[in-house]
Amino acid sequence: MDVQTLTYIIVGFTFALYIGIAIWAKAGTTDDFYVAGHHVHPLANGMATAADWMSAASFLSMAGLISFMGRDGAMYLMGWTGGYVLLALLLAPYLRKFGQFTVPDFVGDRYYSDAARTVAVICALFISFTYVAGQMRGVGIVFSRFLAVDITTGVIIGMSIVFFYAVLGGMKGITYTQVAQYCVLIFAFMVPAIFISILMTGNPVPQFGFGSELVDGSGYLLEKLDGLSTEIGFGEYTAGNKSTFDMFCIVAALMVGTAGLPHVIVRFFTVPKVRDARLSAGYALVLIAILYTTAPAVASFARLNLINTVSEAEYTMTPQWFKNWEAIDLIAWRDKNNDGKIQYLAGNAFEGSPSFTDGTGASGERLLSNADGSSANELYIDQDIMVLANPEIAQLPNWVVALVVAGGLAAALSTAAGLLLVISTSVAHDLFKKMLLPNITDKQELMFARMAVAIAVLIAGYFGINPPGFVAQVVAFAFGLAASTFFPIILMGIFYKPMNKEGAIAGMVTGLVFTAAYISYFKFVDPSANNAENWWLGVSPEGAGTLGMTLNFVVAYGVSKFTAAPPQAVQDMVERIRVPRG
Amino acid sequence: MTNLEGYWKENVKLVLKLLSIWFIASYGMGILFVDYLNQFQFFGFPFGFWVAQQGAIYVFVALIFVYVVKMNTLDKKYGVDESDDDVPVEDLRPAEDAEDKGEQ
Repeated sequence: MDVQTLTYIIVGFTFALYIGIAIWAKAGTTDDFYVAGHHVHPLANGMATAADWMSAASFLSMAGLISFMGRDGAMYLMGWTGGYVLLALLLAPYLRKFGQFTVPDFVGDRYYSDAARTVAVICALFISFTYVAGQMRGVGIVFSRFLAVDITTGVIIGMSIVFFYAVLGGMKGITYTQVAQYCVLIFAFMVPAIFISILMTGNPVPQFGFGSELVDGSGYLLEKLDGLSTEIGFGEYTAGNKSTFDMFCIVAALMVGTAGLPHVIVRFFTVPKVRDARLSAGYALVLIAILYTTAPAVASFARLNLINTVSEAEYTMTPQWFKNWEAIDLIAWRDKNNDGKIQYLAGNAFEGSPSFTDGTGASGERLLSNADGSSANELYIDQDIMVLANPEIAQLPNWVVALVVAGGLAAALSTAAGLLLVISTSVAHDLFKKMLLPNITDKQELMFARMAVAIAVLIAGYFGINPPGFVAQVVAFAFGLAASTFFPIILMGIFYKPMNKEGAIAGMVTGLVFTAAYISYFKFVDPSANNAENWWLGVSPEGAGTLGMTLNFVVAYGVSKFTAAPPQAVQDMVERIRVPRG
Repeated sequence: MTNLEGYWKENVKLVLKLLSIWFIASYGMGILFVDYLNQFQFFGFPFGFWVAQQGAIYVFVALIFVYVVKMNTLDKKYGVDESDDDVPVEDLRPAEDAEDKGEQ
């Protein structure tokens, strides 16, 4: 069977599974809808957290990014796992003890202020919408490449599935679909990785495979890769390019951001007890680590395979996948020296992302209107395609390719659903129930929550059709904001009793404004200034969350010193959330 | 009355201890000293590279499980653990009864 038929079958099967679960796990109360009634088993919650967490960026983009970055790619690996240590040790058990529905709930109650709650709602909405936009772009890429439908139709299909189980089941439906989605995505990620590892090194464990010798007898994989990378001008794969301080700040921003993301935190509200919250964070990280320790192996396999396949290859002899990706604008080649061969070297082949003309060149390649870049490099490859292209590059069977497609969709949809739920609870619970319309009944609140999900799905769908930028870059924005707003405020709310509402509000606003301004300036207002000379303290926009977080801590602490201490009732509440019992 | 102050102190001490290991593994070995460590070979990996892309993650996993075990012991020692009859009533109700429960 061809790839497309197989893809339709496998993707169709997984979608049917998700819908079945949604019907089974229908939510009856707001409690079910927001926190799955606090009845989720820690292992199930661990799986759901892992799926919630591993997004289109982790599944589709990360290995590709590492593949092109070499050792510096470790910033994503450490940054997106190390945050779970912070979450487990500093936040999750206490927030579970607090026992409400949302992060703004905690902020509003701990800082006894609707102003603080409002700022938290704004932050949560901002973070979730930024993040969900990244997921939709992932869904779009997958559909357009593998299911031969245009991106708009693809996004609409994806959105209707999420719409169905999120509106019907709320957190309960989402939790159990995420458990299924975790199984799909981890299986889909591991199968090709194991296949490729065996093909290249004879070792079935990818984590060991990329430290082994190649089966063709040309020595250790990483040494060979270092050699080839250096030859074509990229520098050694196992050496870093980023400045140590910048690397430090980016990793810190990603870690702290992970711990501060509302859709991850809220998952720990769903387990029955405090000790379940701790254990559940442990399960979640184990399940995440399976993918995160495999991704760097996949990255180096893909890198080696890619260089071997395309470097100095005749364009007319390139495999079918090369032309397929070229057809949808994600690979581009300009034959600068007219030799009909692909010269793949360091540097940009041309300025900006490819804009194709209708013409074809001497070898049949699609022509471009972009100006030449500064390098003799002739090849443009979109980093987001590496995971999807990898099974084809390694010539694995068609069903593996189809499986990867289903996995990518599972990753994107599970994360999108978790985010949509945060958006809906922020609106229905924090905004309407807690502030605007405190007298509505549980049933009415549930209806508001369902309507809010429905509207959020439509907005997210719009982003999917008109996607902003790279998946991973957009997601980095959300992390910066989570790191600079929520993390410091929640941490001080638990560990520093004298922190008061004035300090918390001042800190959150400072963090939000600084980080948003810093990232927007370099990414949107003046992208040409986005280089180390202009960065404050040499920190790139990806690491801005660390600076924002530091400012948040300093401002919050300073302001709290000069304003009234929190009321006794709040201080007693802090005492209570510190112990599991009672 | 249990000694909550003592419980909290021990808790914070444990967290700080584990977080310093967390810091050394990731920021220390994975970032600050990664180039120095790269001169050592660890199986087929340069050691610094291995820590940054593999080892640090294994350490993170281990830290959480150590924390889980130690905290459960600490909870028992100070008598603040959630033995089943001490858990707040609403948390123990089976799913079927959840309907009749008004929040707040």
